[in-house]
Amino acid sequence: MTVAERYRTMRLIRRFEERAIELVRAGEIVGGIHPYIGQEAIAAGVCAALRVDDVVTSTHRGHGHVLAKGADPARMMAELAGRENGLNRGRGGSMHAADFSLGIYGANGIVGAGGPIATGAAWAMRQSGGDRIAVSFFGDGAVNQGVLLETLNLAALWRLPVLFVCENNGYATTLTVAAAVAGTITGRAAAFGIPASTVDGMDAEAVYEAATVAVEAARGGAGPAFLECLTYRFDAHHTWEHKAKVRYRTADELASGRARDPLDVQGARLSEVERTALDQAVEATLEHAVAFALDGPHPDPAGALDHLYRDGLRGRSGTGARMVI
Amino acid sequence: MPLLSYLKALHRALGDELARDSAVCVFGEDIGVGVNNVTSGLLKRYGPDRVVDMPLSEQAFTSFATGAAIAGRRPVIEFQIPSLLFLVFEQIVNQAHKFSLMTGGQTGVPVTYFLPGSGSRVGWAGQHSDHPYSLFAHAGVKTVVPATPTDAYGLFVTAIRDDDPVVLFGPSGSMGVREDLDLEALAPVPLGVGRVHRPGTDVTVVAIGHLVQTALAVADRLADQVSVEVFDPRTVYPFDWPGLAASLARTGRLVVIDDSNRTCGIGGEIVATAAEEMRLVAPPKRITRPDGAVLPFAIELDRALQPSEDQLITAVLEVVKDA
Repeated sequence: MTVAERYRTMRLIRRFEERAIELVRAGEIVGGIHPYIGQEAIAAGVCAALRVDDVVTSTHRGHGHVLAKGADPARMMAELAGRENGLNRGRGGSMHAADFSLGIYGANGIVGAGGPIATGAAWAMRQSGGDRIAVSFFGDGAVNQGVLLETLNLAALWRLPVLFVCENNGYATTLTVAAAVAGTITGRAAAFGIPASTVDGMDAEAVYEAATVAVEAARGGAGPAFLECLTYRFDAHHTWEHKAKVRYRTADELASGRARDPLDVQGARLSEVERTALDQAVEATLEHAVAFALDGPHPDPAGALDHLYRDGLRGRSGTGARMVI
Repeated sequence: MPLLSYLKALHRALGDELARDSAVCVFGEDIGVGVNNVTSGLLKRYGPDRVVDMPLSEQAFTSFATGAAIAGRRPVIEFQIPSLLFLVFEQIVNQAHKFSLMTGGQTGVPVTYFLPGSGSRVGWAGQHSDHPYSLFAHAGVKTVVPATPTDAYGLFVTAIRDDDPVVLFGPSGSMGVREDLDLEALAPVPLGVGRVHRPGTDVTVVAIGHLVQTALAVADRLADQVSVEVFDPRTVYPFDWPGLAASLARTGRLVVIDDSNRTCGIGGEIVATAAEEMRLVAPPKRITRPDGAVLPFAIELDRALQPSEDQLITAVLEVVKDA
């Protein structure tokens, strides 16, 4: 993957999020989203180091990872809009978007929950031979989840091919890292003997280089690695903040946090002509994605429990009437 | 014919599935030496890549199994203590169970969670004596509670082959149950199909897990006065409602004996469903643990909170008194 391709991925994520926020405001996406704006360099940089058959687990703030791993933006937007033509047929929405054909084991609504899932997949993939690896993305909030610390131990103990990517955007919802994290984030990984480093999460090339080293080492049997990517969330924790006006960041802090935009960092590596052409291509992709989403069929309420069981088992309905398989 | 214990039936089922399907693997604590005797010898036979001793990290290794399952394996997890299910409720109910629906059917999570020694072991006190099968039924996770060696074998095999998460409770009160049987005749038992252990005409006693033996003993003791049919659902979720309806069509009277706490236990669901939809000629009854039971340590106190044979006799006689 080239510098230009990574820029394109970042631009796609940025504009996808901006279009999705418009659809939240228009009432086309219900329940809101957790915008990834500001953090695009991490998903673009890490996923550029991966193959299509590698596995990723994502978070509640997952659109960037899902798109960077190759999901179709149109089906992704349709998923956010709750349509039958969405990635998950409208059953998952923003927080559960997945595409297993691309190794995307899903965004996840519980902080830190993807870590053990990625690590178990890494174990299974190593068992079946080959050199596939897994990546678990999570935020700084997850480093205080016990299950993630348990997982670091398992990954290190068995030298599993898994890369842990902590996106440190400074806040677990509204709680600062300073108020939440004793010791350091990389120190947690180091305690288990996992090589850990901190990189500039606003620079896609820096992330890509660090991820490439870690990914290739994991493929070669060197075991897990841990990357802390320093970043800043430009928008709300969740779009409800746009109305609720929760105050936990000053205007000064927001301005300085947003001053260094990862898209500009990456865009500066391209010619003006190149950048403009990529931007225009992304616009066209998203025009199509929004139209595809809004034109998509709404699911039939009769299918609300479809896919609950693999064998088509149906429990009783809420009125006691027998449901038909 | 050889005598097979419930415990040996679980061991045999797990060994047979490991031999049959190379995707099957076992995770758990102290399973290499087999402290619960279910996994004895399996590490030596199948090696550490398929029989994996886990550190004491239940939450991580439960979701680790989810990831391995999505990547093509078929993990079976042994939990030593039923209360550990509270610790991993998130990983089973909120992750593994929900993946299929939430992803629009893109993936299943074929993991079996099994508890050799659920319920009271007598003297293990508050944090080792729970029997939370009703919790999983409430959440809609496939939940099985076999009562005999034949069913322990057949349901364990079926659970492992099922493409959804399944929780299997092996009650500690059932572990010693032995059955004279033909080993060649052991076969998978489908989920959601109950079993009439003893036919009768006056009253249906629905009994779950080790309480099936209690119900059979009561049926024997009352044989001169009351004809008791003993119905064992075997699977708590999905429940065999047609099987129960057929039994009540014969007897018209219902007593449930269920080792759950009273509020929101499966016993309440059985009584409610029978009252709503089935033929009853007398008000039904249920014997359960008390509301909010926490089993105290002292043996008298432990037993005082568990459903008993005497309680069942009283309930059966009460239900048939106007017959």
